[in-house]
Amino acid sequence: MAYTGVMPSARSRAMVREARHLLFTVAPGAVWIVIFLVLPGAYLMGVAFMTNGPYGLPEMPLSLESFKRLAGFGFLGWSPGNLYTLLRSLWQTAVSTGLVVLVAYPIAYYITTCREKWRPIMLLLVVVPSWTNQVIRTFGWMNLLAPGTPLSGLAEGLGLIAPNMGLYPSSFAVTLGLVYNFLPFMVLPLYAAFEKLDTAQVEAAQDLFASPVRAFWHAVFPQTLPGLLAGIVLVAIPAFGMYVIPELLGGGKGMMLGNLVATQFSGGANWPLGAAGAILMLIATFIGLFAMRRIGKRLGGGEEVVI
Amino acid sequence: MNETITADAIASSHPRTAEAAAEGEASRQASAIEMQGLHKRFGRATVALDGVDLTIEAGEFFTLLGPSGCGKTTLLRILAGLEEADDGRLAIGGRDITEVPPHRRSVNTVFQSYALFPHLSVRDNLAFGLKMRGMAAAARHAKVDEIADFIKLGDLVDRRVDQLSGGQRQRIALARALVCEPDVLLLDEPLSALDAGLRSQLQVELLRVQKRLGMTFVFVTHDQDEAMVMSDRIAVLNGGVIQQVGPPREVYEHPANAFVARFMGHDNLYPVTGRQGSRLATALGELTTAEAGEGELLLIRPETLDLLPGEVAGDNHLPAVVVERLYRGSHAEYRLEVGDTTLQATLNNRGRHLPEVGDRVTITVAPDDLITLSE
Repeated sequence: MAYTGVMPSARSRAMVREARHLLFTVAPGAVWIVIFLVLPGAYLMGVAFMTNGPYGLPEMPLSLESFKRLAGFGFLGWSPGNLYTLLRSLWQTAVSTGLVVLVAYPIAYYITTCREKWRPIMLLLVVVPSWTNQVIRTFGWMNLLAPGTPLSGLAEGLGLIAPNMGLYPSSFAVTLGLVYNFLPFMVLPLYAAFEKLDTAQVEAAQDLFASPVRAFWHAVFPQTLPGLLAGIVLVAIPAFGMYVIPELLGGGKGMMLGNLVATQFSGGANWPLGAAGAILMLIATFIGLFAMRRIGKRLGGGEEVVI
Repeated sequence: MNETITADAIASSHPRTAEAAAEGEASRQASAIEMQGLHKRFGRATVALDGVDLTIEAGEFFTLLGPSGCGKTTLLRILAGLEEADDGRLAIGGRDITEVPPHRRSVNTVFQSYALFPHLSVRDNLAFGLKMRGMAAAARHAKVDEIADFIKLGDLVDRRVDQLSGGQRQRIALARALVCEPDVLLLDEPLSALDAGLRSQLQVELLRVQKRLGMTFVFVTHDQDEAMVMSDRIAVLNGGVIQQVGPPREVYEHPANAFVARFMGHDNLYPVTGRQGSRLATALGELTTAEAGEGELLLIRPETLDLLPGEVAGDNHLPAVVVERLYRGSHAEYRLEVGDTTLQATLNNRGRHLPEVGDRVTITVAPDDLITLSE
């Protein structure tokens, strides 16, 4: 009966080896996530359910006060201000993401048609602006769009804006800033999708009686869908929570949810309300991601879109 | 074992074939192709086609053969409409289609990479052309089932393309084009991605399908063996110019020039250094030919040679030494030295004596088998 003694010990040794392997590969990341994501997230969650203190800091007892205020019920009865901010954030995100798609799609396609040695350079040109600090780039747009600049003058001349208004500050400036900022995040996944595409498939579609437009729609577009969906996620989520661009380019008018949250944490305004706003954003984002997965599965013919 | 079905089974199971037989083959009219003065260049320097005049008969299995860059694929793409000729005319079935875009041509292509759509099921791939032509869903479904049975892959129609083997993909690509019932089917090296065994099996299948359907097939390949096995006629291209057009035997046994000879695998080419009537002087010695050609190169096909043991005197008898022997079972390939000149010979293995390396032999060849060529 030597069998019973030998086998388990060999197996347990293998288990120890595997545990050690896990410890060294997964543990650092897990620790990082616990310290910087799980704990702060839990803290934020707790803060959201606490009462606002005299200096804007959270206090006991637990209450739903912040969520009520977030929904618009203040000391003076219900006001739609926060609801507008939420809707504006969603609208701004949708419009910006849509525009990013329209701009990025042809760029990504064009890069794949370039000679192979030029492609890394073209991609670099797309990415290089994002190596500069976002705040600096946004200030750049302020200078370009402010009243009295050539661009504002042109818009005035065309009768698009009232005299001396300038293109900035406005929600147009916010949209422009968002599109500019997030373009690389759409171009890169789309480029990856285009690059995988065998050009013979486009020819095959035309050979099988598809006009150029239908060849695009039936043979090309569906295959870029995974890249498109990945790009939409990469753009829409950060855009939805964007703080800097609406703050700098929007003036008082373009406030988004991110600004509402930031205001509650800075200047000692109302931490519990800010935390509740952050949680609202998180929920909205998860709903969006879930919807994207569903869309991706349906359009992608069952192929899982990794998000 | 979907890989091992026979083309007989494929072809006989096709309903249209039975129908066509009943109507005396009248239901299908294959289309002839006429090309006149086709020119194509890419950029400034690259001439892909330099004046191609060619007529492909209706119902013919026609092969465009040549090395890479010879223009064969460009010619096929012009037939498909995927490339536009700089100059020249193209007509299929008597109708000029030089400027007709690919989606309006009754021509379908089997691509070298198959170009199946990875985002669609096998069924949707097969139905693609029918859908684009506006066929109703129910009719499409029936057609696809029919063609899938025809290629014996009926049980695969609901799979995804990436779940198929190479041979299955090849068949789906063929079926996707065949289901559209084109006037002409174009095949761009369709078997080049397959391993040797599957390849020769599919060669036979393809050939039998073509014969049963009576469709005009234009086949592109760089493999002369494949071209000879499959074709009714072969056009050999080089540098965008047609070198020779003819049935396989003619191209192999009477190549029009040295390029065709070399491309068909002939290595025994010897400059003619002098001639007196039908007697030619070459590095091998003096030889007598039946035809008094004008060419400056003598072609000796390895399989026309015979080897006699020892030294035997006579006309068209050359003394030689065996330098190398590759035994291939059904035959043996020899490298021989006649003086300083080497010569290839192939001997059938019919239970006769096969000389060994180092043996002294006498090469004999019939005057009928010697022809002369120009460069």
